[in-house]
Amino acid sequence: MKLSVATLQRPRGAVEFIGASKRFGAATALEALDLRIAAGTYCCLLGPSGCGKTTTLRLLAGHETPSDGDILLDNQNITLLPPARRGTAMMFQSYALFPHLSCLDNVAFSLRMKGVAKAERHARAMEMLRLVEMAAYAARLPAQLSGGQQQRVALARALVTNPAALLLDEPLSALDPFLRGRVRAELKRFQRELGITFVHVTHSQDEAMALADLVVLMRAGRIEQMGTPFEVFDSPRTIFAARFIGGHNVFPLEGGAVAVRTDRTRIALMGQGYPATVRGVEYMGTGFAVTLADAAGEEFIVLRETADGLAPGETVGLSWDERDLRPLAAEA
Amino acid sequence: MTAQAESVAVPAAQAAPVAAAAPPAGRAPLWQATPLGLVLLLFFILPLIATAVVSFWDYTEYSLVPDLTLRNYREMFEGCADFSSGGCTTLRTYLSTFRLCAEVALVTVPLGFLVAYFLAFHVRGEGVRMALFLLCTAPFLTSNVIRMISWIPLLGREGAVNQALLALRVVDQPQDWLLFSEFSVVLAFIHLYTLFVVVPVFNSLMRIDRRLIEAARDAGASGWQILWHVVIPLAKPGIVIGAIFVIVLVMGDFVTIGVMGGQQIASVGKVIQVQMSYLQFPAAAAQAMVLLALVLLMIAVLTKLVDIRREL
Repeated sequence: MKLSVATLQRPRGAVEFIGASKRFGAATALEALDLRIAAGTYCCLLGPSGCGKTTTLRLLAGHETPSDGDILLDNQNITLLPPARRGTAMMFQSYALFPHLSCLDNVAFSLRMKGVAKAERHARAMEMLRLVEMAAYAARLPAQLSGGQQQRVALARALVTNPAALLLDEPLSALDPFLRGRVRAELKRFQRELGITFVHVTHSQDEAMALADLVVLMRAGRIEQMGTPFEVFDSPRTIFAARFIGGHNVFPLEGGAVAVRTDRTRIALMGQGYPATVRGVEYMGTGFAVTLADAAGEEFIVLRETADGLAPGETVGLSWDERDLRPLAAEA
Repeated sequence: MTAQAESVAVPAAQAAPVAAAAPPAGRAPLWQATPLGLVLLLFFILPLIATAVVSFWDYTEYSLVPDLTLRNYREMFEGCADFSSGGCTTLRTYLSTFRLCAEVALVTVPLGFLVAYFLAFHVRGEGVRMALFLLCTAPFLTSNVIRMISWIPLLGREGAVNQALLALRVVDQPQDWLLFSEFSVVLAFIHLYTLFVVVPVFNSLMRIDRRLIEAARDAGASGWQILWHVVIPLAKPGIVIGAIFVIVLVMGDFVTIGVMGGQQIASVGKVIQVQMSYLQFPAAAAQAMVLLALVLLMIAVLTKLVDIRREL
C-alpha cells in the first residue's frame, strides 16, 4: 500500500488536557483530567464502561464542551472550537456512515459541506478510497458493504479532512474476531505512515496492548495509570489496574496487596508460600492454566508447562521470586 | 488485502432477513393470514369488483339495467376534447380537486415535518413527547360535524376573526373569503390532515441514528446542512407516505369540501355523492373507477421516488 499523503513530514497531533472536567448534572464523568499525548502517538484510552474514556474522546472531538479546564491540540487552545475546526476527525462506533450516500459521497461529505466543487471533492475522495483500497466500491451504498469494508470507508471519511488527530470510538467492536486482528494491524500501520495522533477508545486490554504507544487506564473519571503497554502490564500500580489489565494474581498479604504475573507465580509444596486449593486445570495448548482459590475464595491462576498430576481439591502453596512482586496501592 | 472476498457475503446478508421472516413452516402462515384475508376480500375486494361491474351498467331515471356499456365513461368525458369553452365539467372538476390537493399538501407536508422534527429532535422526555403527540390528535377528539360548525363562529362574517380585524382597523368591512371559500376548505384540511404527515415523518425521524447527526457535525455541516443533506433525505420515506395519505384523503373527500366550501367548490368526491343521491349508481361507479385509477397512478409515481417497503 502506498500513501499519497506526505508520510515523512513531522508528526502532528500533540494533545493536551489541562484540568479538563465534565459534569452531567450531578454526575461527574471526568474529574480534572491532566493528560499529555505527544505528537504522532497511538494512544489507547482503556477502561470499563462509565470510566470516562468516551467522554474524554468526545471532549477532544468537540461533541461535548468541558465544564472546566482546557484542551490543546498542537499548542492551540481548541476548547471552544466547533468539531470541524479543531483539526480532529472522529471515527464513530459502528461507523455512522450516511446510509443514503454512496461510499464516494460519504468520503466527500465534509468537502461538500465546505463547498468544494464536485469534481475536486470527488477526486480527493477517490484518492482517500484508494488509500484504504476501497476505490472499487466507490459507487456502493454502505448497506452493500461488509463490516470491514464499512470500517475502511469510515476511516477514509475521517482522513479526508487531513486531521492532526484521529479519534476512534471502539473502532473494532463491530467486527468479528477474525477481522478484528487484521484491521487492528492496519490501523497501526495507517497511524505510523500518516504520522498523526490516534486516540483510540477501547475496553479491551488486548487491543490496547497490541496497538498503543501510550496506554491510559481510566476508572471513574480519573486516570488510574498510564504508560507504555509494557509499563502498565509489567508494573500495575493499583489493585484495579492489576485486575483490569489481566494476567496478574492479586495476593492480599499482610503488608498490603501485591500482584504477581500469572506466568511468574509458582506452585510449591504444601506448607510453603501462600496456601491455596486447586479448583481446576485447563489445557491451553502452550501449557496449562491452573485455577486456585484461597480460604477467602479469592481466585488465582497459574500458567505452567506441566500439570504434574495436580488434581482439583488438592491444597498447595503459591510462591514467587521477590523481583516479580509488585506492591499495589488501593487507590490511584 | 481481501476486500473482494468480504464483498461476496453481502448479497447473502441482504437476503437473510427475508429468508428468516419466511421459515419453511408448511401452511401455518397461510392460515394465520386467512382471517384478515377474508375480511379484506369481503369488505374491500368484492365491493371494488361490484363497483367496477356496475360502472358498465346502464340506467334510467328509475332503474339499473345490467349491461356492458361504455355510456357512463363516454358521458363523463363528453366534450373534453373541446377546450374552447374551458374544457368539460369532468376535467374542470379534476383540476379543481388537484389544486386543492396540491394546496393542502404544500402546507401540511412542511408543517407536519416541522412538528415531527420538533417532537423527534427537540423534545427530550419520553413522557413529554407522548403528551405532545396526543395533543396533535386534538382535532380528532370531536366529531366531524361539530368540528366544521365550530369554524363558523370563528371565520363567519360576524365571527371572531372578522371582529378582531375590524377592531384593529386592518379592514373596514367584514371579509367574506374567510368562510365558505377555498381558503376555509384548505384551512379545515390542514387542521385535520397535518397529523397524517406528522406520524410517518416522526417515525422516519426516530429511526435516524443520532450518531449520523454527530458525524455530519464532525464533518463541518451547519444546522441547515445537516437538515438538508442528512435529515430530509433519511426522512423521505415518511414524507412521501405522509403526502400519499393527504392526497388520497383530499381526493376522496366530499363532506369537508361541501360544508366548508358552502357547496360552491367542485370536487370529484362531491360529483360522485351527487350522482349517488340521484340514484345514478352506474355513473357514480364509473366516476369512482376513474378516481381510483388516478389515485393509484399518483401513488405509483410517489413510490417511485422512495422505497416504501423499507419503511414498513
